[in-house]
Amino acid sequence: MSVETAAAPKVAPRAPAPIDTRAASLRAVYIIWYRDILRYWRDRWRLVASLAQPLLFLVVFGSGLSSSLGSGGVFGSRGGLSYIQFVFPGIIGMSILFTSILGAMSIVWDREFGFLKEVLVAPIDRWAVAIGKALGGTTQAMIQGLILLVLAPFVGVKLSLLTILEVVPLAFVLAFGLSAFGVMLASMMKSLQGFQVVMNFLMMPMFFLSGALFPLTNLPGWMTFVTRIDPASYGIDPLRRVILSNSGLPSAAIDRLGLTINGQVLPIPLEAGIMLAFGFILLGVAVVMFQRRD
Amino acid sequence: MSEAVIEAKGLVKKYGQLEAVRGIDLEVKQGEIFGFLGPNGAGKSTTISMLCTLLKPTAGSASVAGIDVMHDPARVRQRIGLVFQDPSLDDQLTGRENLEFHAFIYSVPAEHRRERIDKMLELLQLTDRAGSQVRTYSGGMKRRLEIARGMLHEPQILFLDEPTLGLDPQTRRNIWTHLNDLRARTGVTIFMTTHYMDEAEYCDRIAIIDKGQIVAQGTPDQLKAMVGGDVVTMTSSKPEDALEEIQKVLGVVPTRDDGTLRMEVQDGRKFVPRLVRELTVPVDTISLRRPSLDDVFLKLTGRAIREEEASDRERMRAMASRWMGRRR
Repeated sequence: MSVETAAAPKVAPRAPAPIDTRAASLRAVYIIWYRDILRYWRDRWRLVASLAQPLLFLVVFGSGLSSSLGSGGVFGSRGGLSYIQFVFPGIIGMSILFTSILGAMSIVWDREFGFLKEVLVAPIDRWAVAIGKALGGTTQAMIQGLILLVLAPFVGVKLSLLTILEVVPLAFVLAFGLSAFGVMLASMMKSLQGFQVVMNFLMMPMFFLSGALFPLTNLPGWMTFVTRIDPASYGIDPLRRVILSNSGLPSAAIDRLGLTINGQVLPIPLEAGIMLAFGFILLGVAVVMFQRRD
Repeated sequence: MSEAVIEAKGLVKKYGQLEAVRGIDLEVKQGEIFGFLGPNGAGKSTTISMLCTLLKPTAGSASVAGIDVMHDPARVRQRIGLVFQDPSLDDQLTGRENLEFHAFIYSVPAEHRRERIDKMLELLQLTDRAGSQVRTYSGGMKRRLEIARGMLHEPQILFLDEPTLGLDPQTRRNIWTHLNDLRARTGVTIFMTTHYMDEAEYCDRIAIIDKGQIVAQGTPDQLKAMVGGDVVTMTSSKPEDALEEIQKVLGVVPTRDDGTLRMEVQDGRKFVPRLVRELTVPVDTISLRRPSLDDVFLKLTGRAIREEEASDRERMRAMASRWMGRRR
């Protein structure tokens, strides 16, 4: 079949048109993202399990601690905030935190099971892998977090349409920042071995210190410091302020329960900006790490 | 008759002090099925990885589909299909979804995607199961799906690294039928490694590699002609005595593996009766056969190819994926 091309050696008989690598990489971002979503929907048990955990937290922490914290402290009964109301946005944040980091870290699984190789040898740029995976984790985490809003009436949190519209971009920002974090971790891990370490020494502290479970005010000095360098704090605080904004509580009271720096309440756009910047920087690191590996 | 699509000259790969590949020259022609044979650790995978631009050669040069692998790896990758030694499918996705994923990342034009996927599924007889998740596939089906995937972007050369490793003989034959069929229908050049000597019979040409160097290259018949005549093997309850006697009486030097003696002779049909007549030690069994590529390998390297290491590794891999598979 190559007889007629024999005069022109070195030219393939069916030479494909040279691929526009940038367009190919954008397509790759899409399909990598799409694969993650497909797998997410297909894995029904994971879906159910990941909804059960926040529910458990809500019931145990919410009901258990609400009654013991009910009378004293910041969670007063005098028209104030109950603990279950306080912790509700935190649980949404928790759901986003775990889903996005774990979702993005599925790269490690892909590496372990060989699928990553199929992606890495393709004629596409490596950044497509990092971005596709980050967006995959972001989407899963957003679904996972936002779905919990249906529980709002049961915990005494009133939502308006406007609140929900405000929550979506904030959930995105938190999910994106943490997904980028997950991709970066995955880019540095060669096997599943480090996974437990990441889980225990990064994700858990990140969650506990993020203000999801308790107000970030009146803490010991060192703890005030670490909660302020926990990036998740900057994503969970605006979520709480928006979700509780419609509950008939004075917004100043809610703001004061959240993240303050030197007693100053940060504007929500600034917090979101910090979270986004965190995400972009870590994604950049991940891209570099991916490009460097042989 | 046609031009070379793979050319390698003095290819070397060093890992620190270890020289995995020590100066390899290769030439593979358009439309050939080329087998790269050798025991585990001989440098097969390293060589194929260099040709596929997955590894940078330490020295030497290679061009694949007319493109230098060092200068333009991305263009090489557009023109080649890869089937890796280790499984690389997403087993949560269906067969068709795996192919769709590949079509996207290899920029198969949108208008051709469906048609090509259907064609490849049909060629590799996967149409019926295309909608099932890959985790329900048998080992042979997974391999076929990987081959279909490797062909989806219509590569000029399909590289397969141990495509039949760990499959049962019947499935291996089936894979080979499919590879032959693919070549006949698409004219694709196939370059594959294997350590199953019997599979080399399916190849148009083969190269035998040992300890990072090519020790022989040619058609299977040419290589087999290197072993003069026939191969006679016999077993005896007194192998030492038999060995000595054969050397003394018949003037042939057998090689010994436990109770089995093996000798290469010019005309086996005449040699066997002499053997039976002239030996005084007890003879249990005698067999006579044409030389196989195993014999060629044995002659060239003085060692038999061992398959046990591979099957051990295979078993471990299977165990690991079974155990891990549940946690996905």
